[in-house]
Amino acid sequence: MRRLFRIYLEKPELAGIALLVILTLVFETRSDGVFLSAENLRGILGLLPEVGLVSIGVTVLMICGEFDLSVGSMFALMPVSVALMTDSGLPFIPAMLLGLTIAAVVGFANGFITLAFNIPSFITTLGMLFIVRSLTVVVTGGFPPLLSSDLPIGVFTQFVGPGGMLRASFIWFAIIALVAGAILNGSNFGNWVRATGGFLDAAASMGVPVWWVKMTCFVMCAVLAGFAGTIEVFRLGSPLPSIGDGLELQAVASAVIGGTALTGGVGTVLGAIVGALLIRVIDNGLVLSQVDANWFKFAVGGLTILAVVANSWLQRTARRIKVEG
Amino acid sequence: MAEPFISVRNLHKWYSGVHALKGVDLDVQSREVCGLVGDNGAGKSTLIKILSGVHRPDRGEIRIDGHPVVITSPKSAMKLGIETIYQDNSMVPTMSIARNLFIGREPLSFAIGGLGLLDHRRMREDAMRAIANVDLHVRSADALLSELSGGQRQGVAIARAMHFKSRVLILDEPTNHLSVRETAKVLGFVRSLPAQGVTGILISHNLHHVFQSCDRVVAMARGEIVFDKPVAETNVDEVSDAL
Repeated sequence: MRRLFRIYLEKPELAGIALLVILTLVFETRSDGVFLSAENLRGILGLLPEVGLVSIGVTVLMICGEFDLSVGSMFALMPVSVALMTDSGLPFIPAMLLGLTIAAVVGFANGFITLAFNIPSFITTLGMLFIVRSLTVVVTGGFPPLLSSDLPIGVFTQFVGPGGMLRASFIWFAIIALVAGAILNGSNFGNWVRATGGFLDAAASMGVPVWWVKMTCFVMCAVLAGFAGTIEVFRLGSPLPSIGDGLELQAVASAVIGGTALTGGVGTVLGAIVGALLIRVIDNGLVLSQVDANWFKFAVGGLTILAVVANSWLQRTARRIKVEG
Repeated sequence: MAEPFISVRNLHKWYSGVHALKGVDLDVQSREVCGLVGDNGAGKSTLIKILSGVHRPDRGEIRIDGHPVVITSPKSAMKLGIETIYQDNSMVPTMSIARNLFIGREPLSFAIGGLGLLDHRRMREDAMRAIANVDLHVRSADALLSELSGGQRQGVAIARAMHFKSRVLILDEPTNHLSVRETAKVLGFVRSLPAQGVTGILISHNLHHVFQSCDRVVAMARGEIVFDKPVAETNVDEVSDAL
């Protein structure tokens, strides 16, 4: 028992993984084996990169002790900007780079306002949620701009791999996830992110450049959200200005379900992915089990509350039985 | 008398209109442990925060080992060999012992421009050696700080300071929240600093702790030093009266 608690404290994403396994088994039986069929997995994995990338960004930012509620709006602003720029004749790659720059500027603004005025990022990014969504609607006039059909969007959307199991977006997602995981776990910057979110004063007194650490995380979070939205728009073929509405809370939910602490310092990239995957699995599994799809948000909501209750209970218990050896 | 190792002259600090330090002069000899006492708001914390680079003085001069220095950040204090252990524990509870030991000073196996990959093996080995050196025994360097008792955490903080070969160790109320046995261990460690070639400054509310482990007692009140004598030439009552 003590061993189990110790492992749990060091690997907070384990609870999410266990739940993922259980739900997979449940849906597999309820759907008479359709859930784990190649065709269905292909559907789940095709959608995972989009919410997964947002979730990674939000998770890393939460680990360093800050929030970003503007990711859903950023998810729309970048693809809309890229579509508008390519429509006006800009080639694809410069348009993408400019789009990513716009995302970086929004992330920088989030970080700068939060840190310079010393206000909660919850408020800064809540404001930015409205501002960025408004900008998106204003620049489009409320109608989705055309997505030119000769853009090389195949680098994100085409099916690849054995039997066309995966979309190219999954490769991008896998590479970004591996890099993010390596940075968080295996680099000194990752150590600073954890220290900054775990105990800000201690990090600062040990010479960690906490201002830059937070700023980098804000920028990275916004850039990932914009990139993810662009991938989704390429898949759907239409840059709807309303895309990504409500995504910010789904991203926070998947971070929390994956074991990320709201208080900062605790969390993993794997947890973010597990959380995002759980949400996709529930969405898909409910449909396959022929449950009314409107229960989806109910399930995600319940799971989020359950995850936080379970995590805080487990941590309290783990601390009580003093697991040091 | 030899040239003092730490020499502070005419140090002033204002916090938005409050004159927290009013021209403090302080000399600490090499391998001396200096006890710093005083009420809350007397300026002790301000003084040591300036020495450890958290705050910058508004006026005054600091010399270390005879050289004038400008301490601009915690990092620059550490480069001068000044390590600080804070009362509320300068450790991150959600991180492992090995990671905590090297926050801000991680050994890297590959790096570009100060950012790079951690050398996990070296971190773990050095961490185990560092904590064994301060007579602390834990299951593994991967244990989280939150799994340790207050005394063990303070032990890790001490191990960190010693591992980085500090020349000056500042301890800010290191025995707060510790058990009697753990307190005795920390004070014993402070007592042993000169033998390890380290100069110490101990901030404490408890005069008995200062008399047990320091060579000199310096008392501050209202931003000034009001008392300064070798421990052997004074007693608890005299210092209490000065405060």
